[in-house]
Amino acid sequence: MADHKTGDQIPAAATDISWEVRNGVTRAADVLEKYLGEIERRDDDVHAFNLVLTDESRARAAEIDDAVAMGRNLGALAGVPVALKDNMCTRGIPTTCSSKILDGWKPPYDATIVTKLAEAGAVIIGKTNLDEFAMGSSTENSAFGATHNPHDLTRVPGGSSGGSAAAVAAGFAPVSLGSDTGGSIRQPAALCGVVGVKPTYGAVSRLGLVAFASSLDQIGPMANSVSDAALLLEAVSSHDPMDSTSIEQGPLEISQQLDWGVAGLRVGRITDLPEGASPDVNERLEVAFDNLRAAGAEIVDVEVPAFTYGLTAYYLIAPAEASSNLARYDGVRFGLRKDAPDTNAMYMATRTEGFGDEVKRRIMLGTYALSAGYYDAYYGRALKVRRRIAADFAKAYEKADILLTPASPTVAFKMGDKTTDPMSMYLCDTYTIPSNLTGDPGMSVPFGTGDSGLPVGVQVLAPALKEDVMFRTAAELERSMS
Amino acid sequence: MSEKAADTEVWTSNGYELVVGLEVHVELLTRTKLFSGSPNHFGDDPNTNIDPVSLGLPGALPVLNRQAVELAMRLGLALNCTIQRSTFARKNYFYPDMPKAYQISQYDEPISVDGWLDLPSGFRVGIERGHLEEDTGKSTHMGGAGGRIHGSDYSLIDFNRAGVPLVEIVSRPDIRTPEQAKAYVSELRAILIAVGASDAKMEEGSMRVDANVSVRLPGAELGTRCEVKNVNSIRSVGRAIEYEAQRQVGMLEAGESIRQETRHWDENDGRTHTLRSKEDADDYRYFQEPDLVVVDPDVGWIETVRSSLPVLPAARRQLLAELTGQTTDAEAVLVVTERGQDEYVLSVAQAGGDAARALVHVKEAFAEQGDDPSIPAADLAKLTSLEIDGALTATQAKQVLAEIVAGNGGDAAAIAASKGFEAMDDSELQSMIDGAISAQADAWAKFCAGDGKAMGALVGAVMKASRGQADGKAVTAILNERRQNT
Amino acid sequence: MSDRITSEAVAKVAKLARLSLSDDELQQATHQLSDMLDHFADIDALDLESVEPMTHPMDIANVMRDDVVLDVLDREEVLDAAPVAEDGRFRVPPILGLDD
Ligand SMILES: [Mg+2]
Ligand SMILES: [Zn+2]
Repeated sequence: MADHKTGDQIPAAATDISWEVRNGVTRAADVLEKYLGEIERRDDDVHAFNLVLTDESRARAAEIDDAVAMGRNLGALAGVPVALKDNMCTRGIPTTCSSKILDGWKPPYDATIVTKLAEAGAVIIGKTNLDEFAMGSSTENSAFGATHNPHDLTRVPGGSSGGSAAAVAAGFAPVSLGSDTGGSIRQPAALCGVVGVKPTYGAVSRLGLVAFASSLDQIGPMANSVSDAALLLEAVSSHDPMDSTSIEQGPLEISQQLDWGVAGLRVGRITDLPEGASPDVNERLEVAFDNLRAAGAEIVDVEVPAFTYGLTAYYLIAPAEASSNLARYDGVRFGLRKDAPDTNAMYMATRTEGFGDEVKRRIMLGTYALSAGYYDAYYGRALKVRRRIAADFAKAYEKADILLTPASPTVAFKMGDKTTDPMSMYLCDTYTIPSNLTGDPGMSVPFGTGDSGLPVGVQVLAPALKEDVMFRTAAELERSMS
Repeated sequence: MSEKAADTEVWTSNGYELVVGLEVHVELLTRTKLFSGSPNHFGDDPNTNIDPVSLGLPGALPVLNRQAVELAMRLGLALNCTIQRSTFARKNYFYPDMPKAYQISQYDEPISVDGWLDLPSGFRVGIERGHLEEDTGKSTHMGGAGGRIHGSDYSLIDFNRAGVPLVEIVSRPDIRTPEQAKAYVSELRAILIAVGASDAKMEEGSMRVDANVSVRLPGAELGTRCEVKNVNSIRSVGRAIEYEAQRQVGMLEAGESIRQETRHWDENDGRTHTLRSKEDADDYRYFQEPDLVVVDPDVGWIETVRSSLPVLPAARRQLLAELTGQTTDAEAVLVVTERGQDEYVLSVAQAGGDAARALVHVKEAFAEQGDDPSIPAADLAKLTSLEIDGALTATQAKQVLAEIVAGNGGDAAAIAASKGFEAMDDSELQSMIDGAISAQADAWAKFCAGDGKAMGALVGAVMKASRGQADGKAVTAILNERRQNT
Repeated sequence: MSDRITSEAVAKVAKLARLSLSDDELQQATHQLSDMLDHFADIDALDLESVEPMTHPMDIANVMRDDVVLDVLDREEVLDAAPVAEDGRFRVPPILGLDD
């Protein structure tokens, strides 16, 4: 038997794992055991996972190793363990959205990204915790208990993809997938000190992603490095004819350009950015500008006057779409049913029991925003504000190639700090929301630490389909830290 | 055609006139559903034509069926509509047969707008819109009294029909009589079949008619309308509207006011019943479907569809009417065109036959023949020529025709000869009539005294004597003539 | 606390959304929604008269599929996952209090 790397010799980067597995240097099974061991050791404390797929992932890793042994060509994620946010459909495997209403439901089909991961040779290691139906910024709104920040277990990991962020930060998986409707990848990435990317709307198929707000949702990668995030994004992005909002183009091409640097790039500073970021976060943002300038970028001032209205537009549009998307949880075809003497009473009982408070709050807000007599004042107006925001960004991108902002206004906060005041929780998304409204990509890059030695993320924003430039900038920021 | 303002009739009762608009849902003849790839097929085992989209499973996404769009365009063009840029919206409401708890439907921007449909009478009904939407599943109510929703113990849901493509055609409130409503539905049905958009089977539910009925005093504003649902045949369309109009007039006469509501037509008792009042109207919270993009057919696509349309029933009737000297709403013209045998009549005429007689023969004897009769047009042409020449009486022609139809063709002259038909000359007929008068003296006396019914016995006697070969019409004419001369 | 939304309106919205609220929950929801709507009043002053609503982030049109039959789901697998099934169909309690 050939010598294979084991234990500490196994590389941490997904790019290295894949290369070594494909070339028989490291076995997928050994890679997997390393991560399963970490989960075993620490996930009771972190609670990143709703479900660890121990048996399924072992079988899959063995399959990959057999394929390597037989000399088959494997994809870009050969043997790479991937943690999936538990709102992506996996055939025959529970998909809960961290909600009681879906407890025990096993989808009869795979999300497109699951198929893409399989094609690329990835090993799905488990399904990660989230705020119920991806509604929240702390992963405290989960029917299965909160996730803790691996850097400080008394703090939140951010949300709603808190499980996916914590899994990568805690070393439970080299990479993970999250979903981002208003910042749900970028904000937890910032709080957990990992890279998190919201791609251009339509770049990654939404088929099989349980919808929160259809016109805003995007799946994206979370990773320990910019290059791993690029690897995963390239593997899952593609045109999907079964998603009508998927853009007509092939996979994104990013990795080749990561080392190109930022010389000559115009990096925009938004002079009228909404206030609210804490001094430690702002300080790191200034260092980011400095480092990019030092690397040859030109820092330019831009204005995005409508940025500040993003929060309002988002919290009217997203709940409106959600109120409709979540109407299908009615106890008729799948998931929870509470018995009652007639159908209407059954609907009431099932939904009242099955949904948590935050989900109910947003369903009510969204129902209100769409209802007769209020549509024009709320939902209709929000759609116009959305257009205004998109126009303002388009204008800013005439002057700048890239914009930098904080990803989260603060470092990870204490668990329970914001649970009693929904509005304070909503403000966590101030800086991430606009790119969901416009459809443009954005990513958070870990950029040192702030108060209490906790991670700070810098957000890099780019125009639609300019992921290559966005990643180049992120890679430069990452390099400037090492 | 439309200038022919023949149909100016208005249904009235106690001075009130009727106003009707129709909403017709038709299932499109596609292979698959509107937004997913499972089969669009009637009558399969329950829940066998299902997929994540038609079940509204979490994570499912709709993808629009191009063929459904094209059939909707065909129908829209056939109804003289403008085809426009259109969008889909969600109509939110809870019902167990509506899997997502919203119906995807074209709301403020339908694919077809502003058309019209001309009835055979020439009366024009405006078409407000034709929009694409998805059908619901089917509930079966178990226990209780006879499958009715009220008093049932529980219901069972089959999602085979969920997501089947529908076009809803909304007429303007131009209809003024139950007859016009029936003619509208039957003309729409003919168009649907002609353009291949739907099989339009009311009994299988692939064509469903809702009638918005109101009454008013002439010249007054539109009255409060009631929507009558569950009208399952063309005959019921007339009956339901008639009943509902009378009911409304009765209420107004009694000093009551009409409540806007949805009513259910009960075929068995011939009445409409309250289904729900519009006072607690649902708030559907329509908004644009974020999972679908706009449908914006370019001129090229629209013109390609337009140029592939067949000749429509109205034009075919017009042609047949001109050829046969009939009106476009003559029964024979309607029947023969509906059966699709109008082209056959044209080919009989082209083969040298008499079109008017061919029309009558086809109407009477070709009911079983379908749209491509097996009898050579030349054979029918020859028969009509023999009639025109006087070589065969109408009665004889009928018998020869029966033989031709039974034998899938045949030479009319040879059949006539084999039956011993020769045109009876007048003297032979006159002498048979003499014989009948003397044999039926009583009847003759009564007939002369003005009892028209007595004529039957006399004609019968002549027929008997001639073994059915006499021309009944000629006998009648001679008898009338003799009586006058008596 | 502002009175941007009344508890009657919240009750109506909850009913539309098929959620039942206790009296306490109704009061709390009214309070929270009012608070949010207060926050969202920042867009009230904007002149949006000439602005087109933006419903989709990307401007794409005419995405359609061919009319080709694809795989259907296995009925037994689906009905096994259903809360209650009978005779090849999904079973629900009597349909009352709903519109046809
Ligand atoms: Mg309607
Ligand atoms: Zn309809």
